[in-house]
Amino acid sequence: MLLTSIKRLKSMGIIGMNQRNFGLVSRYNPRHLYPLVDDKLKTKELAQKAGITVPKLLGTLHYQHDVKQLKETLSAYQQFVIKPVKGSGGKGILVITEQDHNLYYKPSGDAVKLTHIKRHVSNILSGLHSLGGKPDSVMIESLIQIDPVFANYSYEGIPDLRVIVLKGYPIMAMLRLATHASDGRANLHQGAVGVGIDIGTGEALHAVQYGEPVYHHPDTRKPFYDLTVPHWNKLLTLAAACYEITGLGYLGVDIVLDRDQGPMIIELNARPGLSIQVANFSGLAPRVEIVEALKEVNPDPQARVEFSKKHFAAVRNLFRPRRKINQTRKQSSILT
Amino acid sequence: MQAQVRLYSAVLLIFFIGIGLILYKHLALGFPLMPDDKKFVWTIEAKIDFQAQGDPVIISLALPPKEPYLTFMEEDFASSDYGFSEITTNNERRGQWSKRSAQGAQTAYYRLSVYENDKIVEEPLVDTPTPPQKPELDEVFMTASMTLLEQVRARSANAEIFTRELIQTLNSKSPNQNQRLLRNDKAGEDYKTNLILDLLALEGISARVVRGLFLEDGRRRQSLTNFVEIHDGRQWILFNQDTGKSGKPKNFLIWQRGGQSLLDVVGGRNSQVSFSIIKNTHSTRNLVVNSSQNKQATIIDFSIYSLPIEQQNAFKMILLLPIGALVVVIMRILVGIRTSGTFMPILIALALIETTLITGIIIFLIVVGTGLMIRSYLSRLNLLLVARISAVIIVVITIIASISIISHKLGLSQALTVTFFPMVILAWTIERMSVLWEEDGPREVLIQGAGSLLTAIIAYLFMTNRTVEYLTFNFPELMLVNLALILILGQYTGYRLTELYRFHSVGKHHAIDKH
Repeated sequence: MLLTSIKRLKSMGIIGMNQRNFGLVSRYNPRHLYPLVDDKLKTKELAQKAGITVPKLLGTLHYQHDVKQLKETLSAYQQFVIKPVKGSGGKGILVITEQDHNLYYKPSGDAVKLTHIKRHVSNILSGLHSLGGKPDSVMIESLIQIDPVFANYSYEGIPDLRVIVLKGYPIMAMLRLATHASDGRANLHQGAVGVGIDIGTGEALHAVQYGEPVYHHPDTRKPFYDLTVPHWNKLLTLAAACYEITGLGYLGVDIVLDRDQGPMIIELNARPGLSIQVANFSGLAPRVEIVEALKEVNPDPQARVEFSKKHFAAVRNLFRPRRKINQTRKQSSILT
Repeated sequence: MQAQVRLYSAVLLIFFIGIGLILYKHLALGFPLMPDDKKFVWTIEAKIDFQAQGDPVIISLALPPKEPYLTFMEEDFASSDYGFSEITTNNERRGQWSKRSAQGAQTAYYRLSVYENDKIVEEPLVDTPTPPQKPELDEVFMTASMTLLEQVRARSANAEIFTRELIQTLNSKSPNQNQRLLRNDKAGEDYKTNLILDLLALEGISARVVRGLFLEDGRRRQSLTNFVEIHDGRQWILFNQDTGKSGKPKNFLIWQRGGQSLLDVVGGRNSQVSFSIIKNTHSTRNLVVNSSQNKQATIIDFSIYSLPIEQQNAFKMILLLPIGALVVVIMRILVGIRTSGTFMPILIALALIETTLITGIIIFLIVVGTGLMIRSYLSRLNLLLVARISAVIIVVITIIASISIISHKLGLSQALTVTFFPMVILAWTIERMSVLWEEDGPREVLIQGAGSLLTAIIAYLFMTNRTVEYLTFNFPELMLVNLALILILGQYTGYRLTELYRFHSVGKHHAIDKH
C-alpha cells in the first residue's frame, strides 16, 4: 500500500520536500543571493531597473518612531497594502480598500481603527513576520485592481499567478484564488484554490482545494473549465526574465494582473513550495530533467518561453477533455 | 559526485571508528552491552592460627595464581605487627609474614576479592613436564597396583580416559580386595591424592596435585579440596579425585598447583589455615570501570569516568541529547512532522524526563493553554515584540508558581516538578503558537503543537530507556555512529511519509481516467 503509493508518485515525477531542498534549492540558489528576494524592497528596485512593472511604492517605515507619522502617510491614499519587507508566505499583509474618517475597511468589509494598523506596523517592525524574527521594515504599496477576467474567480482577494522558473525556463504555473476559507489570502494551506495552468496556452488544467480536486470556485460557484489567463506570453516572459535579474536558478515568481497596468511582479521566492504539482496534477521532475539536459541557457527570455511552451504544454486538459479527446484517450490508457 | 564519495567515505570512517571503539571496550576491556549484566564477587578470607613460642616467626602461605580469566580486585594482608612480603618462585606466589618475636596465640589474615571476567583467553603454551619418577613401593602394594593398572589399562584408550577410569575404580562402592588394600579407607584426602599420583606415575603419566576452594556463599571454616591434574602430552586436564569428572567445576577457585606445602610456619606450633567465603553481587560495569582505571587503560583514563561524580551525572543527560536529535531528524526528514521550533521537542523531552510522562504532558498543556489565553489578551494591549515576549515569560513563571503552590496545598507533590520546564522556551513556544493562531488559524496550531508533543514523547521514550541511557553514557563512541546516521539521513531525498498524504490526490487516478 505504502510502496505502491511511493511508486505511483515516483512515476508521476512528484518531487518531495527533501528532494526539493537537496536537488533544487541548495543546488541552484547560492545562499548569498537570498537577500535579493527575501527583501522585497531590493526585489522591487531590481525589477524596476530591468524595466519590469511592479506595484507602486507609496511609502516605507523603518523605525518604531515612524509609526507616529502613519496617519499622515496614509491620509493621501484611499486604498493601500501594508507589507513586511522581509515577510514570507503572505504573512503580515494588510489590505485596506477604503478609508473613512478614522475607520479603515478591509476587503471583507470589516472596519479597523488606526490603532490596529499602528500595532500591525509596529509588530512588523519588531520582526514578528520576518524570517528568524529579525527587525524588519514596512512597505506601503498601491492596491492592485482586479482584472475583470478574474472577477468571478476570487473572493475578497486578488488572484496571483505562481510560475516556477528553473534556470530561466518557466516550467510550471498555478493560479491561486482566495476563498472565504482562506480569509481572502492566496495561501493554499489555508484553503485557497490552486488552479494548474497550461504552460503552452494559459488555460486552466485542473484545480484543487485542500489537496482535493474542485471544478468551480467554492464561493462564487464559477466553473474553471473556461478559465484562460490573458497576456499569457507576456506573463511567462516576465517570469523568465527574473532569472537574469536575481541569478537564482530555482525561483518562484508571483505575478498579478492589474486592470490598468497589466502584469506586475509582486514577489519572488527562493524556496517555492510543492503544492503546484497537486494543482497541475503532474510532477516537476520530468520538466526539471528536460531543463537540466540543456547544454546552455538561452540568454533571451522570449526564446526560453518559446522552448517552455513547446516542451511543457499539457498533453491533455482535465477540464476540457472533449477538445483533445483522441490524445486524452491514448494518454490515459498509457497511464492506467 | 566527488563530494558524494567524500561524504560517504567520511561517514563510513566515522561509523567504523565508533563501532570499533565499542567493540574494543566490549571485547578487550569487558564492558557489558547490557545494563543489567551482574557479576558475583567472591571475598575469600584465609585465617592462619598458630601458637608462637617467643622465637622469630616466619609464616609462608601459598597464594592463588593470577589466572587470566580471573580479575583480582583487592588483596589484603592484615596482621598486626607483622612484616609482609610477596614472593614469587617457580610460578608460585607465596605470602610471607614475619616477626622478630611473638608469644601465645597468633592470627594472620589474607583477604582476596575476585571475580570471573568474560575475557576470551588464549590457551597459554605450557611446557611439557619431565616424565614422572617411578615411586618406590613395597611388594604387596606394588603387586596390587600393577593388577589394578592392568585392569584399568585394558578399559582405556588414552591418558585422559585412563585417569578417569582409574579414579572411578578407586572410588568404586564395592571395592575388591586389591582396591581396599590400596585405598586404605581410614586415611585422609591427602593419602588418596598421593595414591593416585603414585599410580599415575607407575603408568608414566605426569600428574600433580591441585588444591582449591569451592566457592559457596556464607561458608566459614572451609578447607581446600584436592584435585588431580594430569598432562596428556598436550595440555593439563583437571580431575575430581572423588568422582573422576574432568574439567574445572563451576565456582572452584584454584589456590595452589603442585606438591609444595600450603602453609609453613617457622617458630610456631599447631598451625592451621581455614577459609571463609562471602558472595557479593556487583554490576559488571562498575567492576570493569574500576579494574580498567587500575590498569590505566588510556581510553578509560581519558574518559567521562575520570570526571567528578557530579559532572558525570551532568554528562549522563548531555549524552542523551544526540539521541533526541536523531529522533527529531527522523521525524522531520523521514516522517515529515511539523514541529514548532526545530529542537524545542528535545527540550520538552528533557523536561519530561524530570517530571515523568503523564504529569509532564498535563503540566505542559496547562502552562501553554493558560499562556495562550493570557497572550491573546496581551495582543490587545499594543506592545512591542520584545516587551510582549518578556511579559509572556513573567506570565509563564506566574503560572508555574501557581501550579506549584496549588498542587502543594492539594498534596500533589508530582506537580512540583513543573520548575524543570525551560521557561524561556515555553514563553517562545506560546508566542509563536499565538502568532500562528492569528495568521494560520487554530488548525495549524494544533498540527504543530501535536507534532512537537509527539516528537517530544518519542524522544522521551528513547531517552528514558534504561538500555539507551546505559549505552550512551558508557559508550560515548555511540555518538559517532549516531553522527554517521544523521549524515546519511541528511542525504535522503525520497518522499516524507506525510507527503504520501499531501500528494495523495495526485497519486490516485484522475476521475476522467475512469471513463
